[in-house]
Amino acid sequence: MSTVNSQAQNNSPVVIELAGVKKRFGRQMVLRGVDLVVHEGRTLVIVGASGTGKSVIIKHMLGLINPSRGTVKVFGRDLQRLNRRELNEVRSSFGVLFQNAALFDSMNVYDNVALPLRERTRQSKEEIHGKVMGKLELMGLEKSVDKFPAQLSGGMRKRVGLARALVLDPKVVFFDEPTTGLDVHKSNELYRLFYRTQQQLGYTAVIVSHDVPKIFKLADEVALLADGQVQGCMPPEDFQMSEQPMIRAFVEETMGHLYLSDEEEADFYA
Amino acid sequence: MRAFFEKIGYETLRFLESYGRLGIFLVRTLKSLFTSAFKLRPVLRQIHFIGVRSTFVILFTGLFTGMVLGLQGYYTLNKFGSEGFLGSAVALGLIRELGPVLTALMVIGRAGSAICAEIGIMRNSEQIDALECMAIDPYRYLISPKLLAGIFCLPLLTAIFDVIGILGGYLVGFGLFRINTGSYFQGMYLNVDWADIKMGLVKSLVFGLLLVWIAACKGFYLHLERTGGFGAEGVSRTTTDAVVLSSVSVLVWDYLISALMI
Repeated sequence: MSTVNSQAQNNSPVVIELAGVKKRFGRQMVLRGVDLVVHEGRTLVIVGASGTGKSVIIKHMLGLINPSRGTVKVFGRDLQRLNRRELNEVRSSFGVLFQNAALFDSMNVYDNVALPLRERTRQSKEEIHGKVMGKLELMGLEKSVDKFPAQLSGGMRKRVGLARALVLDPKVVFFDEPTTGLDVHKSNELYRLFYRTQQQLGYTAVIVSHDVPKIFKLADEVALLADGQVQGCMPPEDFQMSEQPMIRAFVEETMGHLYLSDEEEADFYA
Repeated sequence: MRAFFEKIGYETLRFLESYGRLGIFLVRTLKSLFTSAFKLRPVLRQIHFIGVRSTFVILFTGLFTGMVLGLQGYYTLNKFGSEGFLGSAVALGLIRELGPVLTALMVIGRAGSAICAEIGIMRNSEQIDALECMAIDPYRYLISPKLLAGIFCLPLLTAIFDVIGILGGYLVGFGLFRINTGSYFQGMYLNVDWADIKMGLVKSLVFGLLLVWIAACKGFYLHLERTGGFGAEGVSRTTTDAVVLSSVSVLVWDYLISALMI
């Protein structure tokens, strides 16, 4: 079983590389040796049951937590060996859409999106205004600039979070369960925005999601995390046809089957 | 037996971890003050929150503390026929001891708890993670303006507390016991030295640092606190912890500074 992406045709440079990553929280071993590679300009979707450590993988990639064992390299730099300033240099290429958007409650929509520009660049007020409004228009939020996060719906909060993630034109964007809590219509809208912005900006995307099989349409590669390891990472078409038992079980369960085999399911409905 | 020693080892590690975090947190916050551009606006906003908005409660408690000191002081001094020293007794009690301590305890209750809860909620809702991912140093952006404001505001609030307390003492002394105005203020003028004021000032500076440091640190590491964890209950328990620890620390440091400077 190869746990490193089996994509022979992918020659684009490696942006993120996890090698033998193990993570223990107290007595619980969450990751038991994760190997994963993300290529430039591609979309990697990490799927798996709840509590398997998908978000933990993203936090390793962001340098928010360090592995107990193994290495996490971003743009060839080992995150564990970087000091705070160097880590911030790496992070300046990141955009993140958190599960609950992680908007700053005390700021309105405009200030939330403008924050990275104000804190990280020396742009004038006019330049910042132009960029913020550009991203908010892209998200269809130009009329909600004065609203506070508590006044927004779940879908709007996610769009503000996406606008903030993209405002510095990042090279890599991370999405942690982007459609959690959204209805079908809102999640489709968010996926369309993701697709459109990725086409425009050409960023690399890492998505943690439960939204199977819909998310397969956006993925270049899908990785299944189970038992603390990546059970396989391959293009979505191959993923859905895979004979690897854990992947097969996952696909069958998430494609709407209640049981693993057709016979079991027929028994259930009988 | 083994379980007993395991428990002791575990508790010792937790204790060291917790106080180690406090130390690391302070070093990182102080470092952030010198390694990045200083922005005045966030500090002013915190001065407004910690200082200006605490003024009323400080005026109120200062006035009544001074009045109680006047009342009790008169009762005690009267026994020795030394009522003329009431001004000195009230002023020395306030400037050296009660002013800095009570001001700090009031600000802990009003602003320290709010600082801990605010940062704790930000930790819970991944807002601090979001700052780090945006390459914005949370120590510089969130903590250092609060720390500077705490160190700046506490001496000023203490001064207000002292002045209004002295006036409270005078109101009781003059209003109830017909103490001579001249002897009240002249006694105070003759017996209060620069050393007394310096002690009060040093205490209030240290307390300003302590209260923001502990409250902010508890909120910042909410997810690592034994009593913390996630959710509203975690925030509320950690905030209570922060208030208790800050208050106890103020009293301990009050003794230490007094012992060193007396």
